[in-house]
Amino acid sequence: MDTDTSTRTVDARNQSCPGPLVALHKALREAAAGDVLELLATDPGSKSDVPSWAEISGNELIETSVDAGVFRYLVRKKG
Amino acid sequence: MGAESPGVVKENKLTIIACSGDLDRIWPTLILSTTAAASGMEASVFFTFWGLFALVKPGTRITGDNWMQKMLSVMNPGSPAKAKLSKLNFAGAGPFMMRKLAEDYKTPDPSALLEMAQDMGVRLIPCQMTMDLLGLQKDDLIDGLEEPIGAATALLEMNKASVSLFI
Repeated sequence: MDTDTSTRTVDARNQSCPGPLVALHKALREAAAGDVLELLATDPGSKSDVPSWAEISGNELIETSVDAGVFRYLVRKKG
Repeated sequence: MGAESPGVVKENKLTIIACSGDLDRIWPTLILSTTAAASGMEASVFFTFWGLFALVKPGTRITGDNWMQKMLSVMNPGSPAKAKLSKLNFAGAGPFMMRKLAEDYKTPDPSALLEMAQDMGVRLIPCQMTMDLLGLQKDDLIDGLEEPIGAATALLEMNKASVSLFI
C-alpha cells in the first residue's frame, strides 16, 4: 500500500445503492489527484458496483477486501 | 448522408427521458442518473408528460389555468411523495410499503433521491410542451431546474449521450 498519501475513510456502512458511491464521489471531490480513499460498505451490490464505477469514472480501484460483512475498497483518485 | 449527425460527438453522458410519473419508474431514473453523476458522467433527465409531475413542489395542490388542467392535477398530485406504483398500488398501500421497506433497508426513497440528484449536479429539465399543455408554471415546480426545452433539444441531449434511456 502507498504510504505517502493520506488515507481518508468514507464510512458508507448501512447505506444502500446509490448511497456508497455518492458518498465516495463527494469525498473524492475534496481530495487531490493521487489521494487514496478507503470506502467501507455493507451493501453487497457494492462488490460489482465499485469496480464498475472505477471503470466509468477512471479512478483506480487498488484493493478490495471483506471482513465480517464489511466490504473495504481502496480507491486512488485519478490524476 | 448516414444516420450519424454531423458535428455531434458522443460524450460520457447519460440522458434519460422520464415519461412516467409512476413511483417504480421515477425511482430507477433517479438512481441511475445520480449514480452516473457519481461516476463522473454528465447526467440529464428530461421530464415529460406524467413524468413532469415528479418535479411539482410537494405542497402544490391544484395547478393549471382551466378546469381540465385543474381536474387533471387534482387526479394526479405531483412530487415523488405522491407517486403511485404501476402495479400493486392498492389505493396507496403498495407505495406505503415500498417507502417503509426503503426506510428499513436504508435505501433513499425518491424524494430523498431527487434532492441527492440535484446535489450531485444532475440536470433536471422540464418539457416546455407538457408545461403548456397541463398549465404548469415555473413556480409550481421545485427550484434548481434547468430552463424548459422542446423535443429537438431533448433529441440533441440524447444524440450527444453515450447512454440514452426512455423510462
